[in-house]
Amino acid sequence: MKIMVAVKRVVDYAVKIRVKPDKSGVDTTNVKMSMNPFCEIALEEALRIKESGAASEVIAVSAGPAQSAETLRTGLAMGADRAIHVETGGAALHPISVARILQALVESEKPGLLILGKQAIDDDCNQTGQMVAGLLKWPQGTFASKVILDKERQVATVEREVDGGLETLCLNLPAVITTDLRLNQPRYATLPNIMKAKSKVIKKVTPEDLNVEIKSDLQVVQISEPPKRKAGVILSSVDELIDKLKNEARVL
Amino acid sequence: MNTLVLGEHENGFVKPSSLNAVSAAKAIGEDNSVSLLLAGSGPELRDAASRAASSHPSISQVLVADSDVLKHPLAEPWAELVHLVQKKCGYSYIVSASSSFGKNVLPRAAALLDVSPITDVTEILEPRLFIRPIYAGNALCTVRYTGANPCMLTIRPTSFSLPHNADTTSDAASISQVDLSTFTEDTLGKSTWLNNTSQNTERPDLGNANIVVTGGRGLKSAENFKLLEKLAEKLGAAVGATRAAVDAEFVPNDLQVGQTGKIVAPQLYMAFGVSGAIQHLAGMRDSKVIVAINKDADAPIFQVADYGLVADLFKVIPEMLEKIPEK
Repeated sequence: MKIMVAVKRVVDYAVKIRVKPDKSGVDTTNVKMSMNPFCEIALEEALRIKESGAASEVIAVSAGPAQSAETLRTGLAMGADRAIHVETGGAALHPISVARILQALVESEKPGLLILGKQAIDDDCNQTGQMVAGLLKWPQGTFASKVILDKERQVATVEREVDGGLETLCLNLPAVITTDLRLNQPRYATLPNIMKAKSKVIKKVTPEDLNVEIKSDLQVVQISEPPKRKAGVILSSVDELIDKLKNEARVL
Repeated sequence: MNTLVLGEHENGFVKPSSLNAVSAAKAIGEDNSVSLLLAGSGPELRDAASRAASSHPSISQVLVADSDVLKHPLAEPWAELVHLVQKKCGYSYIVSASSSFGKNVLPRAAALLDVSPITDVTEILEPRLFIRPIYAGNALCTVRYTGANPCMLTIRPTSFSLPHNADTTSDAASISQVDLSTFTEDTLGKSTWLNNTSQNTERPDLGNANIVVTGGRGLKSAENFKLLEKLAEKLGAAVGATRAAVDAEFVPNDLQVGQTGKIVAPQLYMAFGVSGAIQHLAGMRDSKVIVAINKDADAPIFQVADYGLVADLFKVIPEMLEKIPEK
Protein backbone atom coordinates (compact mmCIF):
# COMPACT_ATOMS: atom_id res chain seq x y z
CA MET A 1 0.00 0.00 0.00
CA LYS A 2 1.13 3.52 -0.81
CA ILE A 3 0.56 6.45 1.51
CA MET A 4 0.23 9.94 0.09
CA VAL A 5 0.99 12.92 2.33
CA ALA A 6 0.11 16.50 1.42
CA VAL A 7 2.49 19.15 2.73
CA LYS A 8 2.34 22.95 2.65
CA ARG A 9 5.03 25.61 2.77
CA VAL A 10 4.16 28.30 5.32
CA VAL A 11 5.77 31.06 7.35
CA ASP A 12 7.75 29.31 10.10
CA TYR A 13 5.71 28.90 13.27
CA ALA A 14 8.28 30.79 15.37
CA VAL A 15 8.22 33.91 13.17
CA LYS A 16 6.24 36.88 14.45
CA ILE A 17 4.31 37.86 11.33
CA ARG A 18 3.99 41.42 10.04
CA VAL A 19 0.98 42.74 8.22
CA LYS A 20 1.94 44.89 5.20
CA PRO A 21 1.14 48.59 5.72
CA ASP A 22 -1.04 48.66 2.56
CA LYS A 23 -3.10 45.78 4.01
CA SER A 24 -2.50 43.66 0.91
CA GLY A 25 -1.21 40.70 2.89
CA VAL A 26 1.37 39.39 5.32
CA ASP A 27 5.00 40.22 4.64
CA THR A 28 6.86 37.10 3.47
CA THR A 29 10.01 38.69 2.03
CA ASN A 30 13.12 37.56 3.91
CA VAL A 31 10.95 35.58 6.28
CA LYS A 32 11.86 32.01 7.24
CA MET A 33 9.53 29.52 5.58
CA SER A 34 9.04 25.93 6.76
CA MET A 35 6.84 22.91 6.39
CA ASN A 36 3.51 23.47 8.17
CA PRO A 37 3.88 21.77 11.59
CA PHE A 38 0.70 19.71 11.16
CA CYS A 39 2.03 18.47 7.80
CA GLU A 40 5.26 17.35 9.50
CA ILE A 41 3.12 15.31 11.89
CA ALA A 42 1.24 13.84 8.89
CA LEU A 43 4.48 12.86 7.18
CA GLU A 44 5.90 11.41 10.41
CA GLU A 45 2.80 9.24 10.83
CA ALA A 46 3.11 7.94 7.25
CA LEU A 47 6.79 7.12 7.80
CA ARG A 48 5.99 5.25 11.02
CA ILE A 49 3.30 3.23 9.27
CA LYS A 50 5.77 2.36 6.52
CA GLU A 51 8.44 1.42 9.08
CA SER A 52 5.95 -0.86 10.82
CA GLY A 53 5.62 -2.78 7.56
CA ALA A 54 2.05 -1.75 6.78
CA ALA A 55 2.93 0.43 3.79
CA SER A 56 5.44 0.14 0.96
CA GLU A 57 5.92 3.70 -0.18
CA VAL A 58 5.40 7.26 1.09
CA ILE A 59 4.76 9.97 -1.51
CA ALA A 60 4.93 13.62 -0.45
CA VAL A 61 2.93 16.05 -2.56
CA SER A 62 2.56 19.82 -2.50
CA ALA A 63 0.72 22.43 -4.52
CA GLY A 64 2.18 25.92 -4.67
CA PRO A 65 4.83 28.17 -6.20
CA ALA A 66 8.32 27.06 -7.30
CA GLN A 67 9.66 27.32 -3.72
CA SER A 68 7.29 24.58 -2.54
CA ALA A 69 9.91 22.20 -3.97
CA GLU A 70 12.12 23.13 -0.99
CA THR A 71 9.42 21.92 1.39
CA LEU A 72 9.14 18.67 -0.57
CA ARG A 73 12.92 18.31 -0.35
CA THR A 74 12.58 18.56 3.45
CA GLY A 75 9.94 15.84 3.26
CA LEU A 76 12.27 13.63 1.24
CA ALA A 77 15.01 14.25 3.82
CA MET A 78 12.64 13.14 6.58
CA GLY A 79 12.16 9.89 4.69
CA ALA A 80 9.50 10.20 1.96
CA ASP A 81 10.39 8.01 -1.04
CA ARG A 82 9.44 10.46 -3.77
CA ALA A 83 7.56 13.69 -4.28
CA ILE A 84 5.16 15.41 -6.64
CA HIS A 85 5.08 19.18 -6.96
CA VAL A 86 2.01 20.70 -8.53
CA GLU A 87 3.31 24.06 -9.66
CA THR A 88 0.58 26.66 -9.41
CA GLY A 89 2.69 29.82 -9.81
CA GLY A 90 1.43 32.87 -8.01
CA ALA A 91 -2.28 32.10 -8.28
CA ALA A 92 -4.31 32.35 -5.06
CA LEU A 93 -4.93 28.77 -4.06
CA HIS A 94 -7.98 28.02 -1.91
CA PRO A 95 -8.65 24.67 -0.22
CA ILE A 96 -11.22 23.62 -2.82
CA SER A 97 -8.59 23.83 -5.58
CA VAL A 98 -6.03 21.98 -3.47
CA ALA A 99 -8.65 19.32 -2.77
CA ARG A 100 -9.30 18.93 -6.52
CA ILE A 101 -5.56 18.70 -7.19
CA LEU A 102 -5.18 16.04 -4.48
CA GLN A 103 -8.19 14.17 -5.84
CA ALA A 104 -6.50 14.02 -9.27
CA LEU A 105 -3.20 12.87 -7.74
CA VAL A 106 -4.97 10.18 -5.71
CA GLU A 107 -6.76 8.95 -8.81
CA SER A 108 -3.45 8.48 -10.65
CA GLU A 109 -1.33 7.20 -7.74
CA LYS A 110 -4.02 5.14 -5.98
CA PRO A 111 -2.72 5.32 -2.40
CA GLY A 112 -4.51 3.42 0.36
CA LEU A 113 -4.25 6.33 2.73
CA LEU A 114 -4.06 10.08 2.31
CA ILE A 115 -2.73 11.93 5.36
CA LEU A 116 -2.80 15.71 5.79
CA GLY A 117 -2.32 18.19 8.59
CA LYS A 118 -5.64 19.29 10.06
CA GLN A 119 -4.90 22.90 9.14
CA ALA A 120 -2.14 25.16 7.89
CA ILE A 121 -0.93 27.71 10.40
CA ASP A 122 -1.10 30.55 7.87
CA ASP A 123 -4.72 30.66 6.67
CA ASP A 124 -6.02 28.39 9.49
CA CYS A 125 -8.71 27.05 7.14
CA ASN A 126 -8.98 23.46 8.36
CA GLN A 127 -10.83 22.35 5.22
CA THR A 128 -8.66 20.56 2.65
CA GLY A 129 -8.69 17.06 4.16
CA GLN A 130 -12.44 17.05 4.64
CA MET A 131 -12.99 18.37 1.11
CA VAL A 132 -10.79 15.85 -0.67
CA ALA A 133 -12.42 13.05 1.37
CA GLY A 134 -15.82 14.27 0.16
CA LEU A 135 -14.70 14.48 -3.47
CA LEU A 136 -13.21 10.97 -3.32
CA LYS A 137 -16.18 9.59 -1.35
CA TRP A 138 -13.65 8.22 1.12
CA PRO A 139 -14.27 8.07 4.87
CA GLN A 140 -12.45 10.69 6.94
CA GLY A 141 -10.77 10.68 10.33
CA THR A 142 -10.03 14.31 11.14
CA PHE A 143 -8.04 15.75 14.08
CA ALA A 144 -6.41 12.38 14.75
CA SER A 145 -4.46 11.87 17.97
CA LYS A 146 -3.91 8.13 17.44
CA VAL A 147 -3.96 5.94 14.33
CA ILE A 148 -3.83 2.15 14.33
CA LEU A 149 -3.69 0.44 10.98
CA ASP A 150 -4.95 -3.12 10.57
CA LYS A 151 -3.40 -4.42 7.37
CA GLU A 152 -5.38 -7.70 7.41
CA ARG A 153 -8.82 -6.14 7.75
CA GLN A 154 -7.86 -3.07 5.71
CA VAL A 155 -9.17 -0.65 8.33
CA ALA A 156 -7.74 2.21 10.33
CA THR A 157 -8.84 2.90 13.89
CA VAL A 158 -8.60 6.62 14.49
CA GLU A 159 -8.86 8.41 17.81
CA ARG A 160 -9.98 12.00 17.24
CA GLU A 161 -9.74 15.11 19.39
CA VAL A 162 -13.27 16.51 19.61
CA ASP A 163 -14.84 19.24 21.74
CA GLY A 164 -16.09 16.85 24.39
CA GLY A 165 -12.97 14.70 24.67
CA LEU A 166 -11.88 11.86 22.40
CA GLU A 167 -13.88 9.98 19.79
CA THR A 168 -12.82 6.71 18.19
CA LEU A 169 -13.83 5.75 14.65
CA CYS A 170 -13.09 2.76 12.47
CA LEU A 171 -12.48 3.65 8.81
CA ASN A 172 -12.41 1.30 5.85
CA LEU A 173 -9.39 1.89 3.64
CA PRO A 174 -8.81 3.82 1.49
CA ALA A 175 -9.36 6.76 3.81
CA VAL A 176 -8.32 10.33 4.57
CA ILE A 177 -6.75 11.19 7.92
CA THR A 178 -5.93 14.69 9.19
CA THR A 179 -3.52 15.07 12.07
CA ASP A 180 -3.76 16.89 15.36
CA LEU A 181 -0.84 17.99 17.50
CA ARG A 182 -0.62 15.05 19.85
CA LEU A 183 -0.44 12.32 17.20
CA ASN A 184 3.35 12.09 17.24
CA GLN A 185 6.62 13.99 17.56
CA PRO A 186 8.08 14.48 14.06
CA ARG A 187 11.70 13.46 13.50
CA TYR A 188 14.46 15.77 12.36
CA ALA A 189 16.15 15.08 9.06
CA THR A 190 19.67 13.79 9.66
CA LEU A 191 22.60 15.01 7.58
CA PRO A 192 23.04 11.70 5.71
CA ASN A 193 19.32 11.71 4.89
CA ILE A 194 19.48 15.32 3.72
CA MET A 195 22.28 14.28 1.36
CA LYS A 196 20.36 11.22 0.20
CA ALA A 197 17.26 13.34 -0.43
CA LYS A 198 19.14 15.33 -3.06
CA SER A 199 19.03 12.39 -5.41
CA LYS A 200 15.37 11.59 -4.85
CA VAL A 201 12.89 12.57 -7.54
CA ILE A 202 10.47 15.50 -7.37
CA LYS A 203 8.09 15.18 -10.28
CA LYS A 204 6.67 18.47 -11.53
CA VAL A 205 3.16 18.74 -12.91
CA THR A 206 0.76 21.63 -13.52
CA PRO A 207 -2.93 21.90 -12.66
CA GLU A 208 -3.60 21.72 -16.43
CA ASP A 209 -1.78 18.38 -16.60
CA LEU A 210 -4.20 17.16 -13.92
CA ASN A 211 -7.17 18.75 -15.64
CA VAL A 212 -7.93 20.89 -12.60
CA GLU A 213 -9.17 24.44 -12.89
CA ILE A 214 -8.02 26.77 -10.10
CA LYS A 215 -11.25 28.12 -8.70
CA SER A 216 -11.57 31.62 -7.32
CA ASP A 217 -14.89 32.09 -5.60
CA LEU A 218 -13.25 33.96 -2.73
CA GLN A 219 -11.71 37.40 -2.88
CA VAL A 220 -9.42 38.58 -0.13
CA VAL A 221 -10.29 42.26 0.32
CA GLN A 222 -7.70 43.11 2.93
CA ILE A 223 -5.46 41.74 5.66
CA SER A 224 -5.31 43.92 8.76
CA GLU A 225 -3.84 43.85 12.24
CA PRO A 226 -6.12 42.80 15.06
CA PRO A 227 -6.97 45.51 17.59
CA LYS A 228 -4.24 45.58 20.21
CA ARG A 229 -5.01 44.79 23.81
CA LYS A 230 -3.41 47.27 26.14
CA ALA A 231 -1.37 45.93 28.99
CA GLY A 232 -3.17 46.76 32.20
CA VAL A 233 -1.90 47.31 35.69
CA ILE A 234 0.30 45.19 37.92
CA LEU A 235 -1.28 44.86 41.34
CA SER A 236 0.44 44.17 44.62
CA SER A 237 -1.89 41.84 46.50
CA VAL A 238 -4.77 39.41 46.28
CA ASP A 239 -6.90 41.89 48.24
CA GLU A 240 -6.29 44.54 45.63
CA LEU A 241 -7.11 42.07 42.83
CA ILE A 242 -10.41 41.02 44.39
CA ASP A 243 -11.29 44.66 44.99
CA LYS A 244 -10.56 45.59 41.33
CA LEU A 245 -12.52 42.64 39.99
CA LYS A 246 -15.49 43.49 42.19
CA ASN A 247 -15.58 47.26 42.07
CA GLU A 248 -13.76 48.32 38.90
CA ALA A 249 -14.32 45.53 36.37
CA ARG A 250 -17.50 44.33 38.07
CA VAL A 251 -17.01 40.72 37.05
CA LEU A 252 -17.09 39.05 40.48
CA MET B 1 -32.73 35.01 1.72
CA ASN B 2 -32.79 31.73 3.59
CA THR B 3 -30.23 29.92 5.68
CA LEU B 4 -29.69 26.37 6.78
CA VAL B 5 -28.00 26.07 10.17
CA LEU B 6 -26.44 22.72 11.02
CA GLY B 7 -27.44 21.93 14.59
CA GLU B 8 -25.78 19.74 17.18
CA HIS B 9 -27.65 18.24 20.09
CA GLU B 10 -26.79 16.28 23.19
CA ASN B 11 -29.02 14.57 25.76
CA GLY B 12 -32.10 16.06 24.11
CA PHE B 13 -30.86 19.65 24.07
CA VAL B 14 -29.52 21.74 21.21
CA LYS B 15 -25.96 22.82 21.95
CA PRO B 16 -25.54 26.54 22.72
CA SER B 17 -22.94 26.90 19.95
CA SER B 18 -25.60 25.92 17.38
CA LEU B 19 -27.79 28.73 18.69
CA ASN B 20 -24.81 31.10 18.28
CA ALA B 21 -24.81 29.96 14.65
CA VAL B 22 -28.50 30.95 14.42
CA SER B 23 -27.56 34.40 15.75
CA ALA B 24 -24.87 34.63 13.05
CA ALA B 25 -27.43 33.70 10.41
CA LYS B 26 -29.62 36.56 11.62
CA ALA B 27 -26.60 38.88 11.46
CA ILE B 28 -26.36 38.19 7.71
CA GLY B 29 -29.72 39.84 7.16
CA GLU B 30 -32.79 40.74 9.21
CA ASP B 31 -35.09 39.15 6.62
CA ASN B 32 -33.13 35.90 6.71
CA SER B 33 -35.37 32.89 7.20
CA VAL B 34 -33.50 30.35 9.31
CA SER B 35 -34.00 26.59 9.25
CA LEU B 36 -32.21 24.55 11.90
CA LEU B 37 -31.26 21.06 10.74
CA LEU B 38 -31.04 18.36 13.42
CA ALA B 39 -30.11 14.76 12.74
CA GLY B 40 -29.98 11.64 14.81
CA SER B 41 -32.45 9.00 15.84
CA GLY B 42 -35.02 8.19 18.47
CA PRO B 43 -36.50 10.12 21.41
CA GLU B 44 -33.36 12.18 22.08
CA LEU B 45 -33.70 13.70 18.63
CA ARG B 46 -37.43 14.34 19.11
CA ASP B 47 -36.77 16.04 22.45
CA ALA B 48 -34.02 18.18 20.96
CA ALA B 49 -36.28 19.18 18.06
CA SER B 50 -39.20 20.22 20.22
CA ARG B 51 -36.94 22.21 22.54
CA ALA B 52 -35.09 23.73 19.59
CA ALA B 53 -38.35 25.03 18.12
CA SER B 54 -38.61 27.63 20.88
CA SER B 55 -34.94 28.01 21.76
CA HIS B 56 -34.13 31.05 19.63
CA PRO B 57 -36.53 33.68 18.25
CA SER B 58 -34.78 33.66 14.85
CA ILE B 59 -35.50 30.02 14.06
CA SER B 60 -38.43 29.80 11.64
CA GLN B 61 -38.29 26.09 11.01
CA VAL B 62 -36.71 22.99 12.52
CA LEU B 63 -35.81 20.24 10.07
CA VAL B 64 -35.44 16.77 11.51
CA ALA B 65 -33.54 13.93 9.83
CA ASP B 66 -34.30 10.76 11.72
CA SER B 67 -32.26 7.73 10.70
CA ASP B 68 -30.05 5.11 12.34
CA VAL B 69 -27.34 6.10 9.88
CA LEU B 70 -27.30 9.51 11.55
CA LYS B 71 -27.25 8.23 15.12
CA HIS B 72 -23.69 9.47 15.57
CA PRO B 73 -22.62 12.76 14.00
CA LEU B 74 -20.31 11.20 11.40
CA ALA B 75 -19.09 13.43 8.58
CA GLU B 76 -19.96 11.05 5.74
CA PRO B 77 -23.77 10.74 6.18
CA TRP B 78 -24.03 14.33 7.47
CA ALA B 79 -22.35 15.78 4.37
CA GLU B 80 -24.70 13.72 2.18
CA LEU B 81 -27.64 14.96 4.23
CA VAL B 82 -26.64 18.61 3.78
CA HIS B 83 -26.20 17.98 0.06
CA LEU B 84 -29.66 16.41 -0.15
CA VAL B 85 -31.40 19.18 1.79
CA GLN B 86 -29.60 21.86 -0.24
CA LYS B 87 -30.59 20.25 -3.56
CA LYS B 88 -34.20 20.22 -2.43
CA CYS B 89 -34.48 23.64 -0.79
CA GLY B 90 -31.78 25.78 -2.40
CA TYR B 91 -30.61 27.80 0.59
CA SER B 92 -28.57 30.95 0.01
CA TYR B 93 -26.44 30.25 3.11
CA ILE B 94 -25.36 27.21 5.07
CA VAL B 95 -23.92 28.00 8.51
CA SER B 96 -22.47 25.94 11.33
CA ALA B 97 -20.60 26.72 14.53
CA SER B 98 -16.88 26.10 14.12
CA SER B 99 -17.03 23.33 16.70
CA SER B 100 -15.21 20.06 16.06
CA PHE B 101 -18.49 18.87 14.48
CA GLY B 102 -18.87 21.89 12.18
CA LYS B 103 -15.23 21.86 11.14
CA ASN B 104 -15.51 18.16 10.35
CA VAL B 105 -18.79 18.22 8.42
CA LEU B 106 -19.19 21.57 6.67
CA PRO B 107 -16.08 21.50 4.42
CA ARG B 108 -16.95 17.99 3.27
CA ALA B 109 -20.49 19.11 2.42
CA ALA B 110 -19.05 22.18 0.67
CA ALA B 111 -16.89 19.97 -1.56
CA LEU B 112 -19.98 17.99 -2.57
CA LEU B 113 -21.66 21.28 -3.48
CA ASP B 114 -18.50 22.65 -5.17
CA VAL B 115 -18.33 25.67 -2.88
CA SER B 116 -15.40 27.35 -1.09
CA PRO B 117 -16.41 27.52 2.57
CA ILE B 118 -15.23 30.27 4.90
CA THR B 119 -13.93 29.04 8.25
CA ASP B 120 -14.19 30.67 11.66
CA VAL B 121 -16.01 33.88 10.75
CA THR B 122 -15.93 36.40 13.61
CA GLU B 123 -17.74 39.29 11.96
CA ILE B 124 -20.28 39.72 9.17
CA LEU B 125 -19.78 43.11 7.46
CA GLU B 126 -22.14 42.69 4.52
CA PRO B 127 -24.20 39.71 3.40
CA ARG B 128 -21.20 38.30 1.50
CA LEU B 129 -18.32 40.06 3.27
CA PHE B 130 -16.73 38.49 6.32
CA ILE B 131 -13.85 38.86 8.75
CA ARG B 132 -11.93 35.85 9.95
CA PRO B 133 -8.71 35.53 11.93
CA ILE B 134 -5.63 34.03 10.25
CA TYR B 135 -2.12 33.29 11.55
CA ALA B 136 -3.53 32.29 14.95
CA GLY B 137 -5.37 35.58 15.27
CA ASN B 138 -2.27 37.66 14.57
CA ALA B 139 -3.96 39.04 11.46
CA LEU B 140 -7.54 39.53 10.34
CA CYS B 141 -8.64 38.66 6.83
CA THR B 142 -11.58 40.42 5.20
CA VAL B 143 -12.91 38.06 2.57
CA ARG B 144 -15.73 38.31 0.03
CA TYR B 145 -17.61 35.29 -1.23
CA THR B 146 -18.10 35.73 -4.99
CA GLY B 147 -19.34 32.25 -5.88
CA ALA B 148 -22.83 30.91 -6.49
CA ASN B 149 -25.32 29.88 -3.78
CA PRO B 150 -24.97 28.58 -1.17
CA CYS B 151 -22.42 30.65 0.69
CA MET B 152 -21.07 28.35 3.41
CA LEU B 153 -19.64 29.50 6.74
CA THR B 154 -18.47 28.19 10.04
CA ILE B 155 -18.75 30.88 12.67
CA ARG B 156 -16.90 31.38 15.93
CA PRO B 157 -19.60 30.93 18.61
CA THR B 158 -18.15 33.50 21.04
CA SER B 159 -18.48 36.22 18.38
CA PHE B 160 -22.26 35.90 17.96
CA SER B 161 -24.14 36.28 21.20
CA LEU B 162 -27.49 34.77 22.05
CA PRO B 163 -30.56 36.96 22.55
CA HIS B 164 -31.35 37.82 26.16
CA ASN B 165 -33.47 35.41 28.14
CA ALA B 166 -36.59 37.56 27.88
CA ASP B 167 -36.68 37.12 24.11
CA THR B 168 -36.40 33.36 24.11
CA THR B 169 -40.02 32.80 25.04
CA SER B 170 -40.80 33.11 21.36
CA ASP B 171 -43.45 31.23 19.45
CA ALA B 172 -42.40 27.73 18.65
CA ALA B 173 -41.13 27.24 15.10
CA SER B 174 -42.63 24.55 12.92
CA ILE B 175 -40.97 21.14 12.92
CA SER B 176 -40.80 19.09 9.76
CA GLN B 177 -39.21 15.81 8.84
CA VAL B 178 -36.62 15.61 6.09
CA ASP B 179 -37.70 13.10 3.47
CA LEU B 180 -34.83 10.62 3.50
CA SER B 181 -36.30 8.25 0.90
CA THR B 182 -33.80 9.47 -1.68
CA PHE B 183 -30.93 9.46 0.82
CA THR B 184 -28.21 7.68 -1.07
CA GLU B 185 -25.15 7.50 1.03
CA ASP B 186 -22.32 6.22 -1.14
CA THR B 187 -19.93 6.15 1.75
CA LEU B 188 -22.35 4.37 4.07
CA GLY B 189 -20.64 1.83 6.27
CA LYS B 190 -17.15 3.00 5.33
CA SER B 191 -16.81 4.58 8.74
CA THR B 192 -18.09 3.27 12.05
CA TRP B 193 -18.38 5.05 15.36
CA LEU B 194 -16.72 3.04 18.14
CA ASN B 195 -16.75 5.15 21.29
CA ASN B 196 -16.45 8.49 22.96
CA THR B 197 -14.56 9.31 26.12
CA SER B 198 -15.67 12.52 27.70
CA GLN B 199 -15.06 14.10 31.03
CA ASN B 200 -18.46 14.79 32.48
CA THR B 201 -18.30 17.45 35.13
CA GLU B 202 -20.75 19.60 36.98
CA ARG B 203 -18.92 22.72 35.94
CA PRO B 204 -20.08 24.95 33.08
CA ASP B 205 -18.92 24.20 29.55
CA LEU B 206 -15.60 25.82 28.67
CA GLY B 207 -16.92 27.42 25.49
CA ASN B 208 -19.88 29.13 27.22
CA ALA B 209 -18.73 29.88 30.76
CA ASN B 210 -18.81 33.45 32.09
CA ILE B 211 -15.62 32.86 34.03
CA VAL B 212 -12.70 30.68 32.96
CA VAL B 213 -9.72 29.83 35.16
CA THR B 214 -6.79 28.40 33.27
CA GLY B 215 -3.67 26.65 34.41
CA GLY B 216 -0.38 26.40 32.58
CA ARG B 217 2.88 24.56 33.06
CA GLY B 218 3.30 26.55 36.29
CA LEU B 219 0.70 24.31 37.96
CA LYS B 220 3.40 21.59 37.87
CA SER B 221 1.16 18.52 38.29
CA ALA B 222 -2.25 16.96 37.77
CA GLU B 223 -2.65 16.97 41.55
CA ASN B 224 -2.19 20.74 41.69
CA PHE B 225 -4.91 21.26 39.09
CA LYS B 226 -7.36 20.16 41.82
CA LEU B 227 -6.54 23.41 43.59
CA LEU B 228 -7.57 25.28 40.46
CA GLU B 229 -10.74 23.20 40.25
CA LYS B 230 -11.64 24.24 43.78
CA LEU B 231 -11.31 27.86 42.80
CA ALA B 232 -13.41 27.22 39.68
CA GLU B 233 -16.11 25.65 41.81
CA LYS B 234 -16.21 28.64 44.09
CA LEU B 235 -16.46 31.05 41.16
CA GLY B 236 -18.86 28.93 39.12
CA ALA B 237 -16.15 28.91 36.47
CA ALA B 238 -14.93 26.48 33.82
CA VAL B 239 -11.39 25.15 33.96
CA GLY B 240 -9.05 25.56 31.00
CA ALA B 241 -5.45 24.65 30.33
CA THR B 242 -2.58 25.52 28.04
CA ARG B 243 -1.15 23.13 25.50
CA ALA B 244 1.89 22.67 27.74
CA ALA B 245 -0.32 21.52 30.63
CA VAL B 246 -2.22 19.11 28.35
CA ASP B 247 0.97 17.73 26.82
CA ALA B 248 2.35 17.16 30.32
CA GLU B 249 -0.88 15.17 30.96
CA PHE B 250 -2.01 17.31 33.88
CA VAL B 251 -5.49 17.46 32.28
CA PRO B 252 -7.29 15.94 29.26
CA ASN B 253 -7.15 17.51 25.80
CA ASP B 254 -10.67 18.93 25.82
CA LEU B 255 -9.61 21.59 28.32
CA GLN B 256 -7.04 23.10 25.97
CA VAL B 257 -7.53 26.78 25.17
CA GLY B 258 -5.70 28.12 22.15
CA GLN B 259 -5.28 28.22 18.39
CA THR B 260 -5.85 24.50 18.03
CA GLY B 261 -7.92 24.01 21.16
CA LYS B 262 -11.01 25.89 22.27
CA ILE B 263 -11.59 29.55 21.61
CA VAL B 264 -13.12 31.24 24.64
CA ALA B 265 -14.29 34.80 25.32
CA PRO B 266 -15.68 34.89 28.86
CA GLN B 267 -16.39 37.96 31.01
CA LEU B 268 -13.42 37.04 33.20
CA TYR B 269 -10.39 34.99 32.22
CA MET B 270 -7.87 34.18 34.95
CA ALA B 271 -4.57 32.64 33.91
CA PHE B 272 -2.45 30.92 36.56
CA GLY B 273 1.13 29.99 35.72
CA VAL B 274 0.50 30.66 32.03
CA SER B 275 3.40 32.21 30.11
CA GLY B 276 1.26 33.46 27.22
CA ALA B 277 2.46 31.80 24.00
CA ILE B 278 0.83 33.36 20.91
CA GLN B 279 -1.00 30.11 20.21
CA HIS B 280 -2.59 30.35 23.64
CA LEU B 281 -3.41 34.06 23.35
CA ALA B 282 -5.21 33.26 20.08
CA GLY B 283 -7.72 31.28 22.09
CA MET B 284 -8.56 33.86 24.76
CA ARG B 285 -7.67 37.35 23.56
CA ASP B 286 -11.32 38.34 23.14
CA SER B 287 -12.10 37.79 26.83
CA LYS B 288 -13.55 40.89 28.45
CA VAL B 289 -11.27 41.02 31.50
CA ILE B 290 -7.98 39.12 31.64
CA VAL B 291 -6.15 38.44 34.89
CA ALA B 292 -2.66 36.94 34.95
CA ILE B 293 -0.92 35.45 37.96
CA ASN B 294 2.67 34.42 37.31
CA LYS B 295 5.93 34.38 39.23
CA ASP B 296 7.81 35.58 36.16
CA ALA B 297 7.30 39.34 35.75
CA ASP B 298 8.49 39.09 32.13
CA ALA B 299 5.88 36.53 31.05
CA PRO B 300 4.20 37.75 27.82
CA ILE B 301 0.75 37.10 29.32
CA PHE B 302 1.14 40.35 31.30
CA GLN B 303 1.15 42.28 28.01
CA VAL B 304 -2.48 41.39 27.39
CA ALA B 305 -3.72 41.20 30.99
CA ASP B 306 -5.93 43.92 32.45
CA TYR B 307 -4.77 42.98 35.95
CA GLY B 308 -1.51 41.27 36.73
CA LEU B 309 -0.14 39.80 39.92
CA VAL B 310 3.53 38.82 40.03
CA ALA B 311 3.29 36.15 42.68
CA ASP B 312 3.45 32.46 43.48
CA LEU B 313 0.17 30.91 42.38
CA PHE B 314 0.41 28.32 45.16
CA LYS B 315 0.07 31.17 47.64
CA VAL B 316 -2.44 33.17 45.59
CA ILE B 317 -5.01 30.43 44.98
CA PRO B 318 -5.49 29.47 48.66
CA GLU B 319 -5.71 33.14 49.56
CA MET B 320 -8.34 33.72 46.89
CA LEU B 321 -10.29 30.67 48.06
CA GLU B 322 -10.38 32.22 51.47
CA LYS B 323 -11.20 35.78 50.46
CA ILE B 324 -13.59 35.50 47.56
CA PRO B 325 -17.11 35.80 48.90
CA GLU B 326 -19.52 32.88 48.49
CA LYS B 327 -21.81 33.23 45.51
